[in-house]
Amino acid sequence: MSSRIAQIRLVSSHPEVYEPCDDSFALVDALLADRTNLLQHQPALCLELGCGSGYVITSLALIVGQEAQYIATDINPHAVKVTHETLEAHGVHAELINTNIASGLEERLKGLVDVIVVNPPYVPTPEDEVGREGIASAWAGGENGRTVIDKMLPVADTLLSKKGWLYMVTLTENNPAQICLQMREKGYASRILVQRLTEEENLQIIKFWRDSDLQVAEKENKTVPAKDMESLLSDFHIFPFLRGSHDDSS
Amino acid sequence: MRLLTHNMLSSNIKGVTNGFPLRIEIEKVVEKQVEFNPDFLKNMFPKIEWKALVNASHSMGYVELPEEVEPSRLDSEDFLHKFHHALLELHLEEGALVCPETGRRFPVSKGIPNMLLHEDEV
Ligand SMILES: C[S@@+](CC[C@H](N)C(=O)[O-])C[C@H]1O[C@@H](n2cnc3c(N)ncnc32)[C@H](O)[C@@H]1O
Repeated sequence: MSSRIAQIRLVSSHPEVYEPCDDSFALVDALLADRTNLLQHQPALCLELGCGSGYVITSLALIVGQEAQYIATDINPHAVKVTHETLEAHGVHAELINTNIASGLEERLKGLVDVIVVNPPYVPTPEDEVGREGIASAWAGGENGRTVIDKMLPVADTLLSKKGWLYMVTLTENNPAQICLQMREKGYASRILVQRLTEEENLQIIKFWRDSDLQVAEKENKTVPAKDMESLLSDFHIFPFLRGSHDDSS
Repeated sequence: MRLLTHNMLSSNIKGVTNGFPLRIEIEKVVEKQVEFNPDFLKNMFPKIEWKALVNASHSMGYVELPEEVEPSRLDSEDFLHKFHHALLELHLEEGALVCPETGRRFPVSKGIPNMLLHEDEV
């Protein structure tokens, strides 16, 4: 069965709000590719950090359905307004909050979110460009593009429920293998759902989920077995061979 | 902003220890019909701070929720409908959320709360 996603002609815009781009499309493609799992997962609460135009949260709401509740945040006040318009144009609802990452939600929403989606500002830039007002904060990611990502990951870890999943966009320059290893230390397994080579960027959409075996290992202070580590890293090593093929999601 | 969201928001100002629940200042409330989903309500019930929801719904003019509630009430269709209405159908459209400890106002405009902090509050 095919699933509806947000339609570009119904996505609202504003000069200071990030327009849906290859990274946004890759993230929604990953959600579509994982649609069967998402529906079986029956999430109650879903959250997007940094919703921009609303293209992704609207698509998620269309894919998963209105039985779940949706919350989306953005630090840019124009973005949450534009997201509101995009949601309305598609007849779906999400609660919107103008905030830094999930500030204000962390205490009460702890451990309650079943699905988090993030397309963070991931472009490597000078540190002082991060979080500036206006459109630059949509992409400026500081050193290795990791400044905002490294703040968002612990928040996602706090908010995710026991069965929670995180879908995140990364760029090869962000060192996604290292992100996966860091998350592994917190008990998350990970998998690349989509890899995409655009004219300028080498993008990955990574899915993280809590793996009870890893959590046991963490409690007992064991290190992750080297074999698993290798298989994880090999996911990233095979990537260079995919150059030239544009997409593995279809 | 739905009261579900109000129930999940606390004052995020640095140093505040009693940031929940935020007081609601009302300029405009709207009601929007939402499809009734008893499973979601039963699932959410244990995660809701009941007193905060009752007081918030009172301040928005809805007085049907009982002050105290046993989980057995979830078997009552009538109760679930009231819970549903308070949690999901009442929206704070214009107004503010006020930090209970410092009195700092977080404006709500077009249904969207602004929780951004000033530099000296982070
Ligand atoms: C690459 S854009 C993605 C927008 C949209 N989700 C999409 O995929 O098209 C990143 C978004 O994150 C927002 N953002 C940047 N830093 C943030 C922060 N600290 N907290 C919340 N949102 C942030 C930006 O305003 C921007 O809308």
